[in-house]
Amino acid sequence: MAAYPPVDVLKPKERTQVQRHKIPEQDPNVRNKNFKEVNLGYTIEMAQAEAQRCLMCANPPCVVGCPVSVQIPRFIEQIRLGDIAEAARILKIDNALPAVCGRVCPQEEQCEIVCVLTKKFTPVAIGNLERYASDWERENIGIQVPEIKTKTGKKVAVIGGGPAGLSCAGDLIQMGHDVTVFEALHEIGGVLVYGIPEFRLPKEIVKAEVEGLRQAGVKFETNYVVGLTSTLDEMLNDFDAAFLGVGAGLPYFMNIPGEELIGVYSANEYLTRVNLMKAYQFGADDNDTPMLDLKGKTVAVIGGGNTAMDGVRTSLRLGAKRGMIIYRRSESEMPARIEEIHHAKEEGVEFMLLASPTEYRGDERGWLRSMLVQKMELGEPDASGRRRPVAIPGAIEEIPIDVAVVAIGNGSNPIISRTTPEIRVNKWGNIQVEKETMKTSKVGVFAGGDIVTGGATVILAMGAGRTAAANINEYLTNPDYQWNFE
Amino acid sequence: MNKIIEARFIGPSVKYFKIEAPKIAEKRKAGQFIMLRVHEHGERIPLTIADSNAQEGWIAIIAQGIGKTTKMLNMMEAGDYIRDLVGPLGKPSHIENFGTAVSIGGGVGTAIAYPIAKALKEAGNHVISIIGGRSKEFVILEDEIKATSDEVYPTTDDGSYGFHGFVTDKLKELIVSGRKIDFVLAIGPVPMMAAIAELTKPYGIHTVVSLNSIMIDGTGMCGGCRAIVEGETVFVCVDGPEFDAHKVNFKVLRNR
Repeated sequence: MAAYPPVDVLKPKERTQVQRHKIPEQDPNVRNKNFKEVNLGYTIEMAQAEAQRCLMCANPPCVVGCPVSVQIPRFIEQIRLGDIAEAARILKIDNALPAVCGRVCPQEEQCEIVCVLTKKFTPVAIGNLERYASDWERENIGIQVPEIKTKTGKKVAVIGGGPAGLSCAGDLIQMGHDVTVFEALHEIGGVLVYGIPEFRLPKEIVKAEVEGLRQAGVKFETNYVVGLTSTLDEMLNDFDAAFLGVGAGLPYFMNIPGEELIGVYSANEYLTRVNLMKAYQFGADDNDTPMLDLKGKTVAVIGGGNTAMDGVRTSLRLGAKRGMIIYRRSESEMPARIEEIHHAKEEGVEFMLLASPTEYRGDERGWLRSMLVQKMELGEPDASGRRRPVAIPGAIEEIPIDVAVVAIGNGSNPIISRTTPEIRVNKWGNIQVEKETMKTSKVGVFAGGDIVTGGATVILAMGAGRTAAANINEYLTNPDYQWNFE
Repeated sequence: MNKIIEARFIGPSVKYFKIEAPKIAEKRKAGQFIMLRVHEHGERIPLTIADSNAQEGWIAIIAQGIGKTTKMLNMMEAGDYIRDLVGPLGKPSHIENFGTAVSIGGGVGTAIAYPIAKALKEAGNHVISIIGGRSKEFVILEDEIKATSDEVYPTTDDGSYGFHGFVTDKLKELIVSGRKIDFVLAIGPVPMMAAIAELTKPYGIHTVVSLNSIMIDGTGMCGGCRAIVEGETVFVCVDGPEFDAHKVNFKVLRNR
């Protein structure tokens, strides 16, 4: 039933005349001092006005651009018609975590870049509308449980409670299987709870979406390290199939002098302390995990991805006097979302581009005091197609800093491959899978997400989880299924 | 949530806990540890598994009340619940029959040395245990260690009990007296482990230390516990906690 009156369908010509509706934000000088969400979300009026802009393509390219193939025009039409509950229901068929994806997906590279309006006008704000519908559902009627098929009696172990695992679990439960998610940490969500900060993705929203999965029947076991608490082989005695979605959680360091000084953190440690352990509330509300006091300090974050932006924006919120990004290429090569770079700049983050640290220096107590930075220039394109940074001889600068956060990427954790040698991995420790099916070299075991691709995005991990779920279903229900892996 | 079955003080602010944890008890090997969180907003801290019983489904930990979390833990009694308990973490100790093995525990480090000494004994070693404390009441687990060692030497800094001096002095006495020693395991404060490494190196005695770094997750995802071994960065929680003492950079460890 529609909660709001529908708005008129505009003629195609008229639709293109309407400008894309910007999402309201907290003022930069206010938000850089709090951990509240930066984007405030659409009102119903904005959402319906934005929904009117969709051309309702017969063969919508946006659906192809979405890694989990959300029925985008269908849910947008329901917003225009005022039936937000129905819009949310349509989203949930293909996406286990719409409120999360509406916030953290790089839509500008996925659904929105292929929107028909993109060529001549501005694309429909698909992400903002997805967010609106799922927030509305949660706030007004509570997260609804999707339709569940007849129980199959088959048991699947999903290892890792991050985006890949949750999306796989969400699909498998709808297919009628008995699903248990095993998570090493004490909370479910993976990077959604320990990595992405509160100001981009409130943890209450992750909790609510996980709770929705629980209500649909997914079981969760926290504090369970597969490989140590039980090996994968032992688990397969109890389960008919397994999905490995353990992510890329092993932080890389640069192995330069001084990296062991006090004040040098991996982005994972820094963000885990702040996000998962709520170190920003240390002392208050009984939170026991400490953090160096950043008030009045200078923080340098090494890297140019979303993790680096999250780290540097977090330091300003913790009271740092200066927050700096140190990146070895130029801004156009930065892998971070444009929106995040833009937000960081608005909040006062300094960017030191074409620069790379070569050494950290400390005092006699072993505390970080400064860093040596090598200036770079761009040379010929490398294997990734990006122009390779080359050191300018002699151009080295010493910068006083108090804290360095290393955000240069993550590798794969060795625990699973050490304890299950049958699972074939490549030289970086990433699990090898057959791309179309996500099956691994071990019978009954599928894998997807960052453990396969290396560090990527939330939605790509969710897409891999979906593909795996469809193939796990096939493996469990098709009596003629043959396990070939090459 | 894991139920505490038994809780008792075994030294000044040092408490022994037997905790229901059947999964961990089944898997756990000597040298491994757990991470725990006492309450909803608590921090995660690492503690070595001092003992376990797979049939009865429990593990034992020993905690010294030093900071807020360990003090809070030490106020817990049988019947209370630990909010989060995860393990067993880290690589198990490398145990073989070395011949004569000396196990050295300083302070609450004795609690960590104990299960490894027990495993060394079971592997057929002649086990000599040196257990140190500041004074008599800080020497813990003496009876348990006697049951799993061939020789036990308590030492106290102030001479109030056993050998008067540091654990290193006792080890030096054994080496100088010409005892054949094939393996040394040392666990305790960083300066003590550094001193033992320095002492055994010229004699070429294979020496292993169990490092006690700061840890957040304990599963290899943050690097908070990193140490430098042979010039390489290692993560104590995944690559350790035990390392060849002669390859560890103790200077860096002391600062962190």
